[in-house]
Amino acid sequence: MRRLSYSEAIAEAQLQEMERDERVFLMGLVLRDPYGAAFGQTKGISSKLGTDRVLDVPISENGYVGAGVGAAVTGMRPVVELQFSDFITIAMDQIVQQAANMRYMFGGQIRVPMVLRAPTGAYLSAAGQHSHSIESWFAFIPGIKVVLPSDAYDAKGLLISAIREDNFVLYLEHKKLYDKKMEVPEESYTIPLGKAAVRREGTDITIVAWSFMVSKALEAAATLERKGISVEVIDLRTVSPLDEDTILSSVEKTGKLLVLQETYRHCSVATDVSALVAEKGFYLLDTPIKLVTAKDVPIPFAPILENHVLPQTEGVVAEVEGLISEAKGA
Amino acid sequence: MDGIKAKEIYTKLFRIRTFEERVAQLFAAGELPGFVHLYIGEEASAVGVCANLTSEDYITSTHRGHGHCIAKGGDVSRMMAELMGKRTGYNKGKGGSMHLASTEIGILGANGIVAAGMPIATGAALSAKFQKNGRVAVAFFGDGATNQGTFHEAINFASVFKLPVLYVCENNQFGVGTRITESTNIKDIALRAAAYGIPGEIVDGQDVVKVFEVSGRLIERARSGQEPALLECKTWRYHAHFEGEPDASYKSKAEEAEWETRDPIITAKRQLGLTGLLSEAEAASIEQNVRAEVEAAVEFGRRSPDPEPDDALADVFA
Repeated sequence: MRRLSYSEAIAEAQLQEMERDERVFLMGLVLRDPYGAAFGQTKGISSKLGTDRVLDVPISENGYVGAGVGAAVTGMRPVVELQFSDFITIAMDQIVQQAANMRYMFGGQIRVPMVLRAPTGAYLSAAGQHSHSIESWFAFIPGIKVVLPSDAYDAKGLLISAIREDNFVLYLEHKKLYDKKMEVPEESYTIPLGKAAVRREGTDITIVAWSFMVSKALEAAATLERKGISVEVIDLRTVSPLDEDTILSSVEKTGKLLVLQETYRHCSVATDVSALVAEKGFYLLDTPIKLVTAKDVPIPFAPILENHVLPQTEGVVAEVEGLISEAKGA
Repeated sequence: MDGIKAKEIYTKLFRIRTFEERVAQLFAAGELPGFVHLYIGEEASAVGVCANLTSEDYITSTHRGHGHCIAKGGDVSRMMAELMGKRTGYNKGKGGSMHLASTEIGILGANGIVAAGMPIATGAALSAKFQKNGRVAVAFFGDGATNQGTFHEAINFASVFKLPVLYVCENNQFGVGTRITESTNIKDIALRAAAYGIPGEIVDGQDVVKVFEVSGRLIERARSGQEPALLECKTWRYHAHFEGEPDASYKSKAEEAEWETRDPIITAKRQLGLTGLLSEAEAASIEQNVRAEVEAAVEFGRRSPDPEPDDALADVFA
């Protein structure tokens, strides 16, 4: 099977859905070839399909995201891109107050079949305004689904599902994953939203992660295996709605939980997962839940500082070892 | 304009006025939860513009949206039920006055966020362009909205992509309690159209015949040539920003008196009468029917059931 990068998989998903359904169109900055979006996520599409349904918009996030909302409630299926997920703050009203509210406020009269996709995350010295992880802000809001693919195979399947979903989906791509290649089927396929994946089976401890942190969890798991610790890695894929069953089944098996989140701890998906297990899986736990998250500072520029602020594989290994010995000592 | 259109126009003008005055009474009596922002005095703007639209065309409205909804063909019973928070309301009691919608007849919602309807109407026009269905979108907004960033972004977007949308500014001289001369450095909003390379026109918003004619021309231009325009209706709201506003002394009595000499309902009745399109008997008949219709709407609202508590959990996702 041919290998595609994460960004190529994202482009292919959009291309295939546009070919399948003429209501699907794209809006964002420099999506048209030869640019093909900031990280190549739309490369090849306008060359193949023309520019009618690939719109390069003026830099006006609230305006063009709002235009996407208007198009979505009148028969089209827009896939709108923010060049960096951080810029979502500029479009907050059209997302939170309009798109997320409209179906409910109108008593179910319309649906909002719109995807808003954006590069997210840190670890590349992009500094304070281009390094946010925003999924927690929107997992919080009723009316929005939040999806984060961890590899190229998932990127294609989840994006196709997101485009076919009749509701507003925030689809967040991690910048560190764009050039990672793997085997990706040529045909169109879907991966269900709201369903987590068991990436690695294990018996001693569950690590719940998503997006780029899945890679770090798997690295840590490989290191820990050499030390005799068996780690199960759950990739959430969708952080809203949360796949409660998969998380609880895993904790039932291992009795220990570490949640690995790239971003800040406070009011986040990580604390949400913790609350779930504390409420519904209390008696399944042998040890307290452990959270590994970023430190509570804006993301700094210098690599040595950024690396200190963000989770690292070595840190995860150390936390797991600590939990395991705590369990043995207890 | 022919006799049929004239009667439709007069009916809608009178319907809005009667509905809003009744809502004012109900609100003062404590029968309506939340807030209402009344359109009394501005009727000619909504009616004149919407008289050029079909039920397939789109409008976005504002917090002051009862007039737009009625002008676009909204049913006063379902509107009244919604204002009362009843299950039979357009929004099943989940939206209320500020979010009234009937997407079936192109009403993409009243909106509680100033200028937020403008990008949405722009998107609806984009949709119409993609689907080649000949529809147009109209965004209604006030003078206050023209200072929001979304005003700029939405119109710029439409001007670049050549979209079939008409932006209608209802300049009632005030943004909440701030006079436009204190919030905006230019006198006429229509001047801003030049910044986007689109036509900007001004019309007397109290004269429904003029609004009908000028907006009709701009809507036809949008529909056939797919180009946006900005229309400024100079108008006036008789009531406060919202019912129950503690102090509306920002408007002077002299101003109020002057505007009321050009009442849009009285003006329309006289003009349409003079041009032979609406006889006194016809007007009287319309007025009687509309009064009965609004009373029936109040009855319908009062008799309608409240939503079930669990209705609150439905309609988040499709």
